[in-house]
Amino acid sequence: MYVAVKGGERAIANAHRLLEHERRGDRNVPEIGTGQIEQQLSLAVDRVMSEGSLHDRGLAALAIKQARGDLIEAIFLIRAYRTTLPRFGFSVPLDTAGMAIRRSISSTYKDLPGGQVLGPTFDYTHRLLDFALAAESEPAAPVTAPVDTEERFPRVTDLLAQDDLIERNPPGDPEKPVGDLTREPLAFPAERDLRLQNLARGDEGFLLALGYSTQRGYGRNHPFVGEIRMGEVEVEFEIPELGLIVSLGVVTLTECQMVNQFKGSLTEPAKFTRGYGLSFGHCERRAMSMSLVDRALRAGELGEERTSPAQDEEFVLSHSDNIQATGFVEHLKLPHYVDFQAELALLRQMRRELETRSITHPEAAE
Amino acid sequence: MTNLSASPLLVAEGLSKFYGLRIGCRNVSFALQPGEVLAIVGESGSGKTTLLNLLSGQLPPDSGAVRYRMRDGETKNLLDLTEAERRFLARTDWGFVHQDASNGLRMGVSAGGNIGERLMGVGDRHYGRIRETARGWLERVEIDAARIDDKPTQFSGGMRQRLQIARNLVTHPRLVFMDEPTGGLDVSVQARLLDLIRGLVADLGLAVVLVTHDLSVARLLSHRILVMKDGHVIEAGLTDRVLDDPQEAYTQLLVSSVLAA
Amino acid sequence: MSRTAENYRGYNFAYLDEQTKRMIRRAILKAIAIPGYQVPFASREMPMPYGWGTGGVQVTAAILGPSDVLKVIDQGADDTTNAVSIRQFFEKTAGVETTTETGKATVIQTRHRIPEAKLQAHQVLVYQVPIPEPLRFLEPRETETRTLHALAEYGLMHVRLYEDIARHGHIAKTYAYPVLVADRYVMDPSPIPKFDNPKMHESAALQLFGAGREKRIYAIPPHTRVVSLDFEDHPFEATKFDQPCALCGATDSYLDEVITDDRGGRMFVCSDTHHCETRRAEGHVGPLGMPVTEAAE
Repeated sequence: MYVAVKGGERAIANAHRLLEHERRGDRNVPEIGTGQIEQQLSLAVDRVMSEGSLHDRGLAALAIKQARGDLIEAIFLIRAYRTTLPRFGFSVPLDTAGMAIRRSISSTYKDLPGGQVLGPTFDYTHRLLDFALAAESEPAAPVTAPVDTEERFPRVTDLLAQDDLIERNPPGDPEKPVGDLTREPLAFPAERDLRLQNLARGDEGFLLALGYSTQRGYGRNHPFVGEIRMGEVEVEFEIPELGLIVSLGVVTLTECQMVNQFKGSLTEPAKFTRGYGLSFGHCERRAMSMSLVDRALRAGELGEERTSPAQDEEFVLSHSDNIQATGFVEHLKLPHYVDFQAELALLRQMRRELETRSITHPEAAE
Repeated sequence: MTNLSASPLLVAEGLSKFYGLRIGCRNVSFALQPGEVLAIVGESGSGKTTLLNLLSGQLPPDSGAVRYRMRDGETKNLLDLTEAERRFLARTDWGFVHQDASNGLRMGVSAGGNIGERLMGVGDRHYGRIRETARGWLERVEIDAARIDDKPTQFSGGMRQRLQIARNLVTHPRLVFMDEPTGGLDVSVQARLLDLIRGLVADLGLAVVLVTHDLSVARLLSHRILVMKDGHVIEAGLTDRVLDDPQEAYTQLLVSSVLAA
Repeated sequence: MSRTAENYRGYNFAYLDEQTKRMIRRAILKAIAIPGYQVPFASREMPMPYGWGTGGVQVTAAILGPSDVLKVIDQGADDTTNAVSIRQFFEKTAGVETTTETGKATVIQTRHRIPEAKLQAHQVLVYQVPIPEPLRFLEPRETETRTLHALAEYGLMHVRLYEDIARHGHIAKTYAYPVLVADRYVMDPSPIPKFDNPKMHESAALQLFGAGREKRIYAIPPHTRVVSLDFEDHPFEATKFDQPCALCGATDSYLDEVITDDRGGRMFVCSDTHHCETRRAEGHVGPLGMPVTEAAE
């Protein structure tokens, strides 16, 4: 006697309970604190904030803990939480020239105002497992130089722009609202503000692969790292009712300005072009990848042939979001037995028809 | 064949197109009569493809106009048509035969589906009738009707071109644009295809705008010729006249180089 | 709203904030005004993954009121894991009454099925949609498919059906079978089996379709013409089963195949669990079923 499958509710509840148990792991090992994640897995926190589109280190750390270190799952938690937050408005545009710089490097100039500041970087480390870290460690205190917090460091692209050697950044139109694809559905063709927003929250692996593909000839755009800078920037908010601009605090940002192959024509002097990348925290790989893809997506606007995936706006913007991607890929786990049943019936019918045909018209079945 | 008394089917008026400082084509004017075959000849880069794209409404001109006499007898400026009207025109009253058949065919769709698409596009919903029509057209372009369910990928180059022609003619267009229709084919295959095109054009009274760099193709198919160089029409006239008694030095050079070859 | 506070601390009634709900309702109204047309909407990130019904959940959240009675089905069944999960979500965030009885529900959210019982004027059927664009697999570009819809250029869709007949002798599409709505827009009915297609036609209930990941909402208003695409000489045919439901004996319902052993044994039972239960409670018995008694509960 067949009994229809029942008891979904209890199964789900039990699965969740088991999940919680697995998340905790061996209870003889001390439980990890969100403070530890925030401080010691800070680059994971940065990525979750960037792709989660929400700046809150504490929440990002909590999400990482809850997701058992699955960063896409953590980003998902942050995004779902972000949905429920009311929106007050837009900040005043961030001034990265006024950044309190912790890292600033250029590959186009040997030296630049403020100098090459290496900051905390994995670059030039030898990737040797440090077995000493397996035990607790007490690294030496860092060496610091006195910093003049009031000093402003012009960006390399600003220096190029002074000589008119690079295209100007388009002037902002204060009348025109800034696009927001979390509030308005993305429509194609998309303008650069929306493209940048899409890339800024796009999957790091996807951006990396696309950026890499442009370097390997699929939409080459001859990039130079004009500058990568990382540090703290003040976020300000204008309250029109009070006519006031108030500071909301500081955020850590990584900005990458790529300087790319020039455009020009018989009538226009040649100029370098730009690709732009920005992320919360210290996410250099993603900022660089983003700037490569941003530049590739500008192919149409700059009159270049669009032949490669990274230049294809619909392809890139429709597939960059890892929350959309993981959801749709993983939804294949959901039951599909109604559709499968329909296909099964058709398959059987087709096989029956072929059999009938080959009996009645043996020649037609060849 | 050419009915000069009827009002023209298509009129180009001072068409110009620039790419930055480069001239695509400049100030081209002519009239095409129903049933007339006009060849646009010139070497690559002379602007003949730009002109073809302007005439077929795929490229907006910087100045000038293209007027077309619609099936209801009214003459309209192509630029004034809505996107819907232009696309409808392109899949009913016009045909477009590409040099590369893969640009004009759905390579993943059977020969029958390729021919049937236009019929279904204008609302034919009878499978049997669509199929009969497709069979008829396959035979007309000398493809074995038994291959109706084969895909173009299984066809030779010459067959693909013939299929492309059938796909275009199924809605009985009055005007067909052809871009180097015999380009890249073997000489014997070319000859057979030209014969076929010549027969269909005469039987159906098609007007054709034919772009080619091959003067022998132009001589065989066209009534009139426009010779283009650097975006300009430098000579125009009846095909026999232009080829037998070229006036411009450049045309003389083109003609002599063919004869010498 | 106080109800919610007790049920799901910190969240608004039915999870979404009122502003978001208004935005979704505007999209729904537009969709109803243009039957079959895909209205873009600013889909939110929901606490369940994309592809698991976020579109349907947002539509349901936007139309749900405290007095509504909600039924959620997946593959026709109330007790599949995803249906349970979504039902619990609304129990927690909206505190509304839920039911498995089709007739009792005012809002029915579904994945892949339309209930067997005829829906009534006071009911809304909310479909979860993975890929709203019926032309997507013929033309991957959104800019192009939107143009095709705008110009009602649907020849390509028929080419596909033509190819099926040429190759198989009949149209080989068994689910997500495209329909023409109100003689204007070709629409993807979501992956329901084509068995269910006729139920959309002239339905008394409002039918809403939500695609979260693709950010589209579309609708079939009550009593709207919905025609499955076909050819005059190859008319659309709904799937028929050559045997009744093994449990309730129904001959007019969609059946799931259940494998009963590892020797090729199988049986066919109603995919609509409530339909099957109702029939059995009424005393219908299929070839492998047994009469329902009180003790069976």
